[in-house]
Amino acid sequence: MIRYTATRLISLCISLIVASLVIFTVVEVFPGDPAAYMLGVNAQPDTVAALRAELGLDMSRPARYLAWVSGMVQGDFGQSYTYRTPVSQMIMDRIWVSLPLALFALVLTVLIAFPAGIYAASRRGGAGDIGVMGATQLGVAIPNFWFAMILVLIFAIHLRWFSAGGFPGWDKGLWPGIKALILPAVALALPQAAILSRVMRSSLLDMLGEDFIRTARAKGLSRRQALWRHALRNAMIPVLTIIGLQFSFLLAGGIVIEQVFFLPGLGRLIFQAISARDLIVVESVVMLLVFLVIVVNFAVDIAYAAVDPRLRVRR
Amino acid sequence: MTLLAVQGLNVSIRAVQILHEVTLEVAAGEVVAITGESGSGKSMTALAVMGLLPDRSMATGRVVLDGADLLALSEAQMCSIRGRDIGMVFQEPMTALNPVQTIGAQVAETIRIHEGIGKAQAWTRARDMLARVGLPEARFPLTRYPHELSGGQRQRVVIAMAIALRPKLLIADEPTTALDVTTQAHILDLLRDLASEFGMGLLMITHDLAVVAQMADRIVVMQKGRVAETGPTAQLFAAMKHPYTRALFAASAHRVNLPPAPAPVPLLQVRGVTRTYRQPRRSLFGPRAVVDAVADVSFTLHKGERLGLVGESGCGKSTLTRAILGLEDVQAGEITLNGAPVWSANRSNLAVRRQMQVVFQDPYGSFNPRHRVSRLITEPFHLLPHPPQGEVRDAAIARALTDVGLSPDDAHKYIHEFSGGQRQRIAIARALINDPDLIVFDEAVSALDVSVRAQVLDLLADLCRKRPLSYLFISHDLHVVHSVTDRVMVMQAGRIVEQGVTEEVFGNPQHAYTKTLLAAAPRLPEIGGISHVT
Repeated sequence: MIRYTATRLISLCISLIVASLVIFTVVEVFPGDPAAYMLGVNAQPDTVAALRAELGLDMSRPARYLAWVSGMVQGDFGQSYTYRTPVSQMIMDRIWVSLPLALFALVLTVLIAFPAGIYAASRRGGAGDIGVMGATQLGVAIPNFWFAMILVLIFAIHLRWFSAGGFPGWDKGLWPGIKALILPAVALALPQAAILSRVMRSSLLDMLGEDFIRTARAKGLSRRQALWRHALRNAMIPVLTIIGLQFSFLLAGGIVIEQVFFLPGLGRLIFQAISARDLIVVESVVMLLVFLVIVVNFAVDIAYAAVDPRLRVRR
Repeated sequence: MTLLAVQGLNVSIRAVQILHEVTLEVAAGEVVAITGESGSGKSMTALAVMGLLPDRSMATGRVVLDGADLLALSEAQMCSIRGRDIGMVFQEPMTALNPVQTIGAQVAETIRIHEGIGKAQAWTRARDMLARVGLPEARFPLTRYPHELSGGQRQRVVIAMAIALRPKLLIADEPTTALDVTTQAHILDLLRDLASEFGMGLLMITHDLAVVAQMADRIVVMQKGRVAETGPTAQLFAAMKHPYTRALFAASAHRVNLPPAPAPVPLLQVRGVTRTYRQPRRSLFGPRAVVDAVADVSFTLHKGERLGLVGESGCGKSTLTRAILGLEDVQAGEITLNGAPVWSANRSNLAVRRQMQVVFQDPYGSFNPRHRVSRLITEPFHLLPHPPQGEVRDAAIARALTDVGLSPDDAHKYIHEFSGGQRQRIAIARALINDPDLIVFDEAVSALDVSVRAQVLDLLADLCRKRPLSYLFISHDLHVVHSVTDRVMVMQAGRIVEQGVTEEVFGNPQHAYTKTLLAAAPRLPEIGGISHVT
């Protein structure tokens, strides 16, 4: 298990290095000079050159890459070209919206999907199964921003339980912050929960058809006991895979929901940065998202091994 | 005293009747074997006794265990009987255990679920039971996972789970079918010993008459969901009143008559072939261990010769086969067909490969279900530079199908319309269609029922008479290899330990391993009129 974790860690580091190189290269080949863009079309060449020097754009590419990476390791993401503020500060403000939102949505997803999937699988072909499957079919088909608008219509406009958007900031206290994230998190979670329940159900049904379930029944376990004690853990591998993918999606793909609810999250930041050709912000946010996704994948790998002893030896 | 009495058991699944008036009895300490071909209702009878029939099935009649009619019990009551009064062992030990739980936990679960005792106590008893079935804790800690054990060891764990509470009745459904002959012998010994030691009734289901003859006190022969004949083993084998019993026995003991092999002209030459695999690293930067799957193997297969290759699972048979077929390169040595290497310049030599065809074990998995038979059997034509077209192609298809005892009209059907035996005939037709120099039969009859197997073996002998057929016949079934080969090779741990004329190797084995294999193989009883040798 230790060796397995170590190899996964090494692969994590390699992924990070490769990702940083790719991101740096891609941003480099973007057309347009940030310095010229910042100063506008009428800028004097020597002003542009001075700004380029100030921003470090005149260094060689390898030197810039190294400066960028070593800065990031120390928490220094550089200065935003457009806002002239430290990128790390901008990210910090936003990540405390995006990360809690993604986690919140993920918890909701799991809380909805596990019971629904298990319930449907244990009543295969019955009314309960058909009901759950019908509901998840809808959940998969309907986009999350539509859910978001319906939720706003019902809970913000008619019932007035929540505000329709915006984020008060965590300095106003925990509850106002959480309250502002409830509707966006539900809107994000519903389609994901629908997908995950279907995965949970089919994975469980696969497992319930396995020989070892028959063995468990022959020992005297009831159907229910066989499902909980033997099928569930075996069914977790595909479910964990999907959860990992969903977290990445919730983190980076919250952009539409952030727009609907006017949340100052990473999605909106990157969108604005791309429009303003603020390459350093784009680079940094993308790198941060990649980092989080790779860490999540690492966590999923470790969870695989915790669930399935066969993976601890195989690579 | 009667322990289990099945009386007039009828089972139907979705209005299709599977079992008809099945009646049988098992006494305490008695070994009763149910035998018959696939689809005869053997396993359904066992599942009906366990109350584990598939969904939407109906059972009527009586299944009386120790005075109580099991069919009348509720599901909750059956749960308390399963595992405590009736234990069950299944065919496939590789999948019968939960892969994510330790063997100790799985054996202890049987005890805990019925007796509600603490974990420590249950584990102590699980430890004793695993030791009893031959897995002492010193060598097989209870914290092992199933994937760390071999098939035979896993089957012992399944047995320990089934007998943990010393049930009155143990049902074993084909318990050794998936195992090698030497492992099979050990497991059968264990089951018989446990039955007499615990005074258990043992209801054993097997298609293998030799195993039946060796194990059972009484036999129940089933055919198409009905009991055809039943009686004490010796008596039943002596009399064999029912024609189906006689047919089954004749098919099991079936020998074919091969025409004599022509004068030896080398066809396939294997010289000093070694194939090694690198294992995963044991430590992060440690060296990778190297395993010789095939080590320094040399032999020659002559034109028109039928050569057998026997050995247990993991001995390197499949690796050698892959190398011969040119699917993989080898580390050392050379394989040539008609003098041309099967592997040259780092790639498979297609000109040589098209002279070889192969027939695999699984008649269900080795065909694309979306293609018609005509397309399936003409697949080898893709290897030819100018594949036959139009009428020539149709004639070739018709001839190949006729040769294997099918009708040319079958060319337009899909594979699901055929039975297992017919599918294997189609596989042979596919192998024959471009007149290859060599056919490799890789466990080609192992999945077939005895009567179908006998027909396919007859077909092989028949083809040998019609054309100069050279083949390499790979099987774990010694009886079959004995019947259809001129010479045989015995493989153990990647090496060929003995090779020679089949009759001599089987009649007078030289190598200790060959002797072990032959001794472990169950034998059919000697009965006048039907000749058989294993």
